[in-house]
Amino acid sequence: MRSALFIAVAVAALGAGAGTCRASDLQDFAAVERGRYLATAADCGSCHTVPGSGRPFAGGRMIETPFGVLAAPNITPDRETGIGAWSDDQFDAAVRGGISRNGARLYPAMPFPYYSRMSREDVKDIRAYLSTIKPVANAVRVNRLPFPLNLRTSMLVWDQLYFTPGEFHPDASKSQEWNRGAWLVQGPEHCGACHTPKTFLGGDKSSETLQGSTLQGWTAPDITSGQGSLRDWTAEDIATYLKAGHNRHAAAAGLMGEVVDLSTSKLTDADLNAIAAYVKDVSGPAQENAGSPDKDVISAGGAIYQDLCSACHAQDGKGVPNMFPNLSEAATVKARDPTTVLHVILQGAQTVATDREPTGPAMPAFGWQLDDAKIAAVATYVRNHFGKAPAVSGSEVRKARTAETARTN
Amino acid sequence: MARKLPAKDVVIIGLGWTGSIVAYELADAGLDVIAIERGPWRNAPTDYPPGYAPDELRYRIRHELFLRPEQTTFTFRNKMNQTALPIRTWGAFMPPNGVGGGGVHWNAETWRFLPSDFVLRTHLNERYGAGFLPEDMTIQDWGVTYEEIEPYYDRFEYLCGTCGQAGNLKGQIIEGGNPFEGPRSRPYPNPPQQQPFAATLFAKAARELGYKPFPQPSGNMSRAYQNPLGVRMGPCTFCGFCEWFGCGNHSKSSPQTTILPALIRKPNFSARDNCEVTRINLDASGKRATGVTFVDTGGNEWEQPADLVILSAYTIFNVQLLLLSGIGKPYDPSANSGVIGRNFTHQTISDVVSFFDPAKFTFNPFIASGAIGTCVDEFNGDNFDHGPHGFVGGGYMGQVQTNGRPIETTPVPPGTPRWGAQWKKAVKENYQSALKPGTGVHGSMYSYRDVYVDLDPTYKDRFGRPLARITMDFHDNEIKQNKFLTDKFAEIFQAMGAKQVHKEYRKAPYDVTKYQTTHLCGGAIMGTDPSTSAINRYLQSWDVPNLFVTGASGFPQNAGYNPTGTLGALAYWAADAIRNKYLKDPGQLINA
Repeated sequence: MRSALFIAVAVAALGAGAGTCRASDLQDFAAVERGRYLATAADCGSCHTVPGSGRPFAGGRMIETPFGVLAAPNITPDRETGIGAWSDDQFDAAVRGGISRNGARLYPAMPFPYYSRMSREDVKDIRAYLSTIKPVANAVRVNRLPFPLNLRTSMLVWDQLYFTPGEFHPDASKSQEWNRGAWLVQGPEHCGACHTPKTFLGGDKSSETLQGSTLQGWTAPDITSGQGSLRDWTAEDIATYLKAGHNRHAAAAGLMGEVVDLSTSKLTDADLNAIAAYVKDVSGPAQENAGSPDKDVISAGGAIYQDLCSACHAQDGKGVPNMFPNLSEAATVKARDPTTVLHVILQGAQTVATDREPTGPAMPAFGWQLDDAKIAAVATYVRNHFGKAPAVSGSEVRKARTAETARTN
Repeated sequence: MARKLPAKDVVIIGLGWTGSIVAYELADAGLDVIAIERGPWRNAPTDYPPGYAPDELRYRIRHELFLRPEQTTFTFRNKMNQTALPIRTWGAFMPPNGVGGGGVHWNAETWRFLPSDFVLRTHLNERYGAGFLPEDMTIQDWGVTYEEIEPYYDRFEYLCGTCGQAGNLKGQIIEGGNPFEGPRSRPYPNPPQQQPFAATLFAKAARELGYKPFPQPSGNMSRAYQNPLGVRMGPCTFCGFCEWFGCGNHSKSSPQTTILPALIRKPNFSARDNCEVTRINLDASGKRATGVTFVDTGGNEWEQPADLVILSAYTIFNVQLLLLSGIGKPYDPSANSGVIGRNFTHQTISDVVSFFDPAKFTFNPFIASGAIGTCVDEFNGDNFDHGPHGFVGGGYMGQVQTNGRPIETTPVPPGTPRWGAQWKKAVKENYQSALKPGTGVHGSMYSYRDVYVDLDPTYKDRFGRPLARITMDFHDNEIKQNKFLTDKFAEIFQAMGAKQVHKEYRKAPYDVTKYQTTHLCGGAIMGTDPSTSAINRYLQSWDVPNLFVTGASGFPQNAGYNPTGTLGALAYWAADAIRNKYLKDPGQLINA
């Protein structure tokens, strides 16, 4: 019901043009509830809340970008340091247009190119919901980028190159479910913000949508079907993963664990099925040829695997469904970029616990126990033997180790 | 002066097995529940990662998971006319510490007691006549029957994913299971673990001797399992680091792997770790608990008010806290009056070490889990006629292969030098072909008038409170029982073809330095008579009706089984009584 309503609202807004909207009523219960759901779908809380601070949406969380660190601003209704004094138009311009209240351009760490696919009505509902949040006085110095990137005028060029404003246009040839999923993926859920490869300027490579990227020490893997990494995942596998954080193949940890925890686990089953239906319809290319890693490395890696990994992931790499990932089907293992594999071997990883799957098993850290060559061997074995992905070298492990130590979040 | 915290509906003292179960059930009923735990929070995958958890020196020898005696200890003596002295290093039992309690370090041997165990005095008097029991033996009926708590055994086993073969399904005896067990309403949730070579050899020899061997019910998973709370466990990999260790593979039933992940998602549950409850507070009438006082690691004192108090710490700490809080009349063995501290028991454990021909037998002792093995139950409880033997009680016995760890498990034949080249040679020769069961003979210990807990007159803890004083010795009944059982056990190893069988009988006096299991029981026992029991059949204090005391401290005597299955069942039984009886009409549930 709810999803049908969203479609109706979105379509109505499209038909009527962007300028029209209902009278603003921040006390409208239905609008607040729609806004709560949309803010969850858009995962606003993830960036705008310091985890564990107990101050939702008060900002201050450091967001690592390839160009430097930004701090997420305070979006509570505090009038001085939050958005309490903003008009609806100003809020809409920021969320969907990437333009701040003072006219300055936002950095795309704020995924406004995605949020632009939402309607003005959607964003106003989000605002209505945010207006119910407890105001917190917390002045955040947002811009911590180096010169000249700290000059927001640099964003003028970026917007020209990579920002196509405008709401989502349903594809009449596809089902309502597909369109709902497409709108969620391209709009509020902003999946491509992590999963679509980026240009050197950080813009989406639109021809490679959802084919995988790397950010903040994690691989956001290829999530395409066709010949892509999710080839053997059913739509149900995808929906289960998003709801539970776990399915028969994989487990969410790190940034995706956060997405599941704060956003997707709270979506309706109908919306998750819609996302799954759409994602299953996005085709990607087959894995590139992995080459043949050194036989000695594979045999050393296999021995380490047997000793340290097989207790949970099993000798055949199939793990335990909904608990320990199947290394042949986990998209992060198959990824060309070994960042996630190295991250979890070096530092371990806590998988997400959800109401559907409360267990939340964790991968132990091995960075203290294995040197670079051994980690390279076991990572090569796991990736190549199970995931048909390329070998990992000792120098890549050394770089990953250094990067982990230098991380700010 | 303690600072007062906002009141809660329920305060739980100690977040081990029973604390977790009652906390979950009461939070599920909608109550606002807080647990206060003396030790640290412990999380299965991060606190015992497979990368370093299998460290025998750290966990087995240096007692990583246990309470530190310098934090608090007990005093001990065998006889009432002796002066008790503080225990300065743990020996006979291992007081757990931290979230999960003993459920973290246990072997996960998950037994039910026999139906006759719950009505022990009545049953033995009926069968053998009133004069058969020793005069100073103070065993009692429990006030609950096996039939009453069977559904709660079932709940605990399905929570834990217990692996075993039913021997009695609704009264029908099933081949391959324990024919002596009480009727169970459905099979175990998981099949038994695959048995190693030594256990199959033991089973064969036992069958030839006329016994009915069966795989020990185990909380080490034979396969992946999802319990009714949605929590998942992975299959056991037979690593052999189970007892004394935590399991980071989610393969051993523990609060961490079965219930805490679901409990901590409840918004009306919270916990304070590293906080020690120093007393249960009472109102002016002394009949109502108002909450607890606890001390945090900074030495700050806090008061946590609550409408309902659940005392769910380790056995002896339950007893000590009742004594320190002035709840219930302290037991006086001379006058044979009072209840708090009486009927304190442990276990009567012994072992048989057998040596086989290395050329013919290879046992691979390292293929192990806490509870894997094959047992016989012919000599447990009252499964056999005690008339000719002059003792009561008994135990199961089994070839339970818990480990082949290099420090602990290096059996050598008697007479081998204890170090040097000869010792090394003997270790090498016998490692693969000697059997030293991890459990062996697991005998009952019944209760006696002069075995009890009270407050020590001399020694105090760091808060200035008297230490608990244990007065405990073996009585002839248990020594005879152990001699009989150990001899029977040894016969099986003879029949397996051992060339040498060495019996290690349990002998008096009780030695507090020799490990025997952590199964301390009693001291705040359940029963039907307030003059001989501290709590009623629902584990509710006779004296303070808004206080329930869970755990093995409630056992009137200890049976010949590991206690966890029974204390888990009783926790569910008590939680059910609170939910469905007490909350509707708070007050004394039993009119005695």
